[in-house]
Amino acid sequence: MEILVCVKRVPDTAENEFELNGAGNDLDRDDLVYSVNEWDNYAVEEAIQIVDKVGGNVTVITVGDSESEEVLRREMAMGANNGILLSDDAFEGSDGKGIATILKAEIEKGKYDLILTGAQADEGAGQVGGMLAAMLDLPYASLVNKIEVSDGKIKVGREIEGGNQEMNEISLPCVLSIQTGINEPRYVGIRGIRKVASVEIPVKSASDLGLAADSIGKAGAKTKRIDYFVPDLGAGAEMLEGSTDEIIAKLIEKLKAKGGL
Amino acid sequence: MTQIFAYIPFSNGVAEDVAMEFPTAAAKIDKGASLTAVLTGSGADLDKVANDMTGLYAEVIKISHGDLAYPNAEVVRKALVNVIPAGAIVLAPHNTFGMDLAPGLSVKMNASYAADIVDFAGIEGTVLNASRQELGGAVSTHVAVDIASGAVITIRPGSFAPVEGKTASGAVVDKSANAGDLSAKRKFLEVVQAEVGDVDITKADVLVSIGRGIEEQENIEIAEELAKAMKTVVSCSRPIVDAKWLEKGRQVGTSGKTVKPKVYMAMGISGSFQHLGGLKGNPFIVAVNKNPKAPIFQVADVGIVANIIEFMPELTSAINDL
Repeated sequence: MEILVCVKRVPDTAENEFELNGAGNDLDRDDLVYSVNEWDNYAVEEAIQIVDKVGGNVTVITVGDSESEEVLRREMAMGANNGILLSDDAFEGSDGKGIATILKAEIEKGKYDLILTGAQADEGAGQVGGMLAAMLDLPYASLVNKIEVSDGKIKVGREIEGGNQEMNEISLPCVLSIQTGINEPRYVGIRGIRKVASVEIPVKSASDLGLAADSIGKAGAKTKRIDYFVPDLGAGAEMLEGSTDEIIAKLIEKLKAKGGL
Repeated sequence: MTQIFAYIPFSNGVAEDVAMEFPTAAAKIDKGASLTAVLTGSGADLDKVANDMTGLYAEVIKISHGDLAYPNAEVVRKALVNVIPAGAIVLAPHNTFGMDLAPGLSVKMNASYAADIVDFAGIEGTVLNASRQELGGAVSTHVAVDIASGAVITIRPGSFAPVEGKTASGAVVDKSANAGDLSAKRKFLEVVQAEVGDVDITKADVLVSIGRGIEEQENIEIAEELAKAMKTVVSCSRPIVDAKWLEKGRQVGTSGKTVKPKVYMAMGISGSFQHLGGLKGNPFIVAVNKNPKAPIFQVADVGIVANIIEFMPELTSAINDL
């Protein structure tokens, strides 16, 4: 089975405290730590496990600048066979549809049985997989937390409300967005990354993909982020301060009053 | 005039709460817009909910078909594309169904897409101004959505005030005949119910709930000790279940359990909206987190900036000494 996994380099929410820049219109990006989108690791792990069972290849692809190459190498160190970097200044400012349009152009040049994305990334929209499927006229399932492969078809479980699981049969080729928890992504060490350090990763531009400038990037974006802001959410929590003993004494009084003790 | 269509999800003959929130969202988009509820399904459940919606919506469209008995997003999408006019604004909830339906619907309707909107600030020309969050709720952004050729928008459930009582006297319009070809490449099989674990967190008056801040599986014992001192049990947020450190039945959130404790101890939990969505009944929330900017501090009653690995044992021993 030929599997393509769409991945993204994102600011790591576990490693960063996000602050706005001086002008207040963007994040202060100077010291941000980036990593591969958490959901994408699960998607790559799932793809590798499927290929281990039924044979085939895993290709990882991303739309991004030259620094995005590092996330492709990381996923190749996990076990993906190939990487493709779609990179062009013209891609900057793309909305979800722009990204899906760019990916579609490359996907149509290959032949994939299964296309995976993470269920969502840093922007939290969860949109590219569903758009890509609709553009390619392929069936789609989101928030997938179980995949059983059999001949020409697969069974997928979707995570739905209340911890329940919705089982579907879906024909191949298809697009699936992968939810965290579907597997346990393998650890990647420095040695693994070194092993793939010299593997060539093709870089493709808008003209390589035959993309019209007005369908992608800022020009093609119908949904645009204007700025970042700090919402007014009222007072927020009463912050307890002082020595640990003082904090605990205050907390215990409150817990007693509220029925916690 | 702006035309807004709201997709009403329901189960067992009852509309989801978001059905009462769409009218508020629609008014924030454009007070003068026409607002139509759209329901897909089959049988008596569909008829009952469609009828219920006439009290909230001036027009209610129902699309009835055996293939729509369970809301398979691919089938629902096909029906909606055939029934909703091009250029309209379509609202759906940003939940597990809306996420399955809406991105593809926007492609098929050749409309713009905006996801997980928490507020609207009206239309200027052909641009709809809205707000949403990124990076797990750590930052908020303003977005501009070009609605010249329509838009599909998911709204975050719980973000718009529900309308109370009967606010409209609409009529049900049956558009089943317009649904068109509903054949699909994805077939719904069954819903597998969540396993019931050995601990029922939904009955607890107090919960000691842990998140990523617990850092390692071995540290869960520290939370168990605090829970024991508080005569209750440990619940958790999603990353703990993803890591297989606790069973799914312990997870609080929209994709886990809905709990209604009196006191909720959020230990090392950042406070994503999916997690908070599982917390009902307005509990007294104590948040302990080493990140002073954690979103949980915006919703908690009491906040403490500390490392839970160090803080919880101190609290446990202080409680045990009482």
